[in-house]
Amino acid sequence: MNNKDLLNLIDITVSFEGFLALNKLNLNLKKGELRAVIGPNGAGKTTFLDVITGKVKPTNGEVIFKGKSLVGRKEHKIARLGVGRKFQSPRIFENLTVKENLEISVTTPKSPLNLINKSIKDEQLNEIDRLMKIVNLAQKVDSKAGSLSHGQKQWLEIAMLVGQKPDLMLVDEPVAGLTDEETDLTADLLKSLSGENTVVVIDHDMEFIRRLDSNVSVLNQGTVLCEGTMETIQKDKKVIDVYLGRPED
Amino acid sequence: MSLSKIKFDKKIILSFWIILIALIIAAPTILPVFRLNLLGRYLSLSIVALGVDLIWGYTGLLSLGQGIFFALGGYCAAMYLQITSSSEFPNNIPEFFALYGVEKLPFFWEPFRSPVFTFFSIWIIPAFVAGLIGFLVFRNRIKGVYFSILTQASLLVFFNFFNGQQKLINGTNGLKTDVTQLFGQMVGSESMQRTFFWITAILVIAAWFFAKWVVKGRFGNILIGIRDDEPRVRFTGYNPVIFKTIIFSIAGGLAGISGALYTVQSGIVSPQFMTVPFSIEMVIWVAVGGRGTLLGAILGAVFINYAKSLVSEALPASWMFIQGGLFILVVTALPEGVLGWIQGDGPRNLLQRFGLKRKIETYPSLEVNNKEGNNE
Repeated sequence: MNNKDLLNLIDITVSFEGFLALNKLNLNLKKGELRAVIGPNGAGKTTFLDVITGKVKPTNGEVIFKGKSLVGRKEHKIARLGVGRKFQSPRIFENLTVKENLEISVTTPKSPLNLINKSIKDEQLNEIDRLMKIVNLAQKVDSKAGSLSHGQKQWLEIAMLVGQKPDLMLVDEPVAGLTDEETDLTADLLKSLSGENTVVVIDHDMEFIRRLDSNVSVLNQGTVLCEGTMETIQKDKKVIDVYLGRPED
Repeated sequence: MSLSKIKFDKKIILSFWIILIALIIAAPTILPVFRLNLLGRYLSLSIVALGVDLIWGYTGLLSLGQGIFFALGGYCAAMYLQITSSSEFPNNIPEFFALYGVEKLPFFWEPFRSPVFTFFSIWIIPAFVAGLIGFLVFRNRIKGVYFSILTQASLLVFFNFFNGQQKLINGTNGLKTDVTQLFGQMVGSESMQRTFFWITAILVIAAWFFAKWVVKGRFGNILIGIRDDEPRVRFTGYNPVIFKTIIFSIAGGLAGISGALYTVQSGIVSPQFMTVPFSIEMVIWVAVGGRGTLLGAILGAVFINYAKSLVSEALPASWMFIQGGLFILVVTALPEGVLGWIQGDGPRNLLQRFGLKRKIETYPSLEVNNKEGNNE
C-alpha cells in the first residue's frame, strides 16, 4: 500500500453461503489510472464492484478508498465519497427525459431540501450541456430516456456517471450490445476520462480491452490471477489456460 | 405533436378551469343541501387520494393504510369540537364520558381546547405518525408487497386500538360532530355545511397545487427514480429512505386534512374510517382516475364516490359489483387509468379501431411520396 493509491482492496473474501465469490482478492489502483478487469463468467467481476460500492459486505478483508475504509458504509454515502458506478445493462430512468436524468446525476448536494427549495445552478446546467455534447445526445434533450436506442442509453449512463464527478469510476460492460463504431468511440471516451479520473472497466470484449491500452487484471475464481499489460497477460500460461484458450495447433 | 394540437390542449385546459370554477361557485345555489354536502364530502376524499397518488403513483409505495392518517385527522377535529361544546354536560367534559363513569378528562384531550393547536394537529399529527412508521419501514428496506401488507397490518392495529378505547375516545361509537358548536353555530346546520363546502373546495385546489409543486422539478424526478429503480438512485448518491419518509409523511398530512374535512361534513368520526376496505377504495379511486396524474386522483375520488351514492340509491347492493368491475376494467384495459388513457391518445386510438380514420401524423412530403408510390 502506498500513498499514491486511490483504492486498496486487501484480502477481500465474499462468501455466499459457503460459495466463495471472492477469495482473498488483492488489488491496488493508482490515482488517474485506467484499469481493465477481465475474467470468465463467475470469476467474481461484478461481486468485486458490489463490494466497492457497498452493495455486498465482504465476509473478510478491507476496502480502503482515499484512506478511508468503505466496509459497512451505506451505498449512497460511498457514492458521495466519490465512487461512481455504471451498471452492466444500462440503468437509466426511462420515464425521465435525458436532461432530467443528467440533472439527477450532476446535482449537489443531494439532499431533499436542496432539491425542493432551489432551482438547478447555472454551472450545473452548463455541465449538462457539455455532457450531452460529449455523448452526442444534445438533440435528444427532452426525449424520454426510454425512447433512446441501446447505444444511446449506454452513453447516457456513462454521461450520468461522469456528471457525478466521481474520483473512481467503475464501468461494468460499457460496450455490450454496441456497434463496432460505438465501441471505438466508447473506448476513446473512457481513455480521455482517465488521468483526471480513475477508471475501472470490466468487459469481455478483448478487442475493446486492447484498444483501451491499459493495465489489465485477470480475475479467476474470485482472485487475481495475473496483472500487467495486454501483451504480458496474453503470454501468461495460467491466463491462457483458464481464459484465452490455447491457440489450436 | 403539431402546433394546432398544443393550442387545442391549452383551450381544453382553460375551458376545464372555467367550468370547474363556475361549478364550484354555482354548486351551493344549484344543489340541494343534501347533495351539496355529499359533494363536499367527496371533494374532501380527493385530498387523501392526492396523497395516495404522491406515494403510489409517483414513488411506487402502495400503502393500504392511509385510513390511519385519515382517521387521526378526523379525531383531532372531532375532539376539539366535542370539548368546546361540552359546557352544559356534567364535569364540563363531553357527554359520552358519563356513560363509562369517567369524571376527569383524559390528559391528551387537554391541548384540544385550543383551536390553534387543533388547526396544526389535524395535519401535523398524521404527518408525524406517517413519518415515523415510514422511516422505520423504509430504513429496513421493506418494499413492494411487504410494504403494502405492513401498512394494512398497521391499519388493523390502529382500528382495534381505537375500537377498544371507550373510556378515552368512545371506542366503536366514535365522536359525533354534527350536534357540536363552532363559532356559536351548530356544525350540522345548513349554513355551516355550506361554509365547509367552500373551505373544502378551496383546500382541494390548494392541495392540488401543493402536490404539483412537490412533484415538479428534481424532487419529483427523484421520486419517479425511486419508483422505477431505487438502487440506481442510491448509487447516484441519494438516500432514498429520506425521500420516501418525506413523501409518506406529506401523504399522511394530506390524509389528516382530508379526514378532518370529511368528519365535519359527515357528522361523525369513528374507527369505521380505519376499516380495510375503505383504505383499499382510496387506492381504487387513484387507479381508476389515473396514477401519477394528480388530477386523475381528484376526479377518481369525486366521480367514483358520486357514482356510488347514485347507484346505491337506485339499485342498492349492486355497487360492490360495479366497483369491482371498474377495478378489473382498469387493471386489464386501462392500466394508466382514465386520465392517463386520455392523455396517452387513447380516445383517438379507440376511434381508429372502430374504423374512423385517424389523421396521419407524418411529414407531408412522405405522404405525397407514398401516394406516388401507390400509383405506380
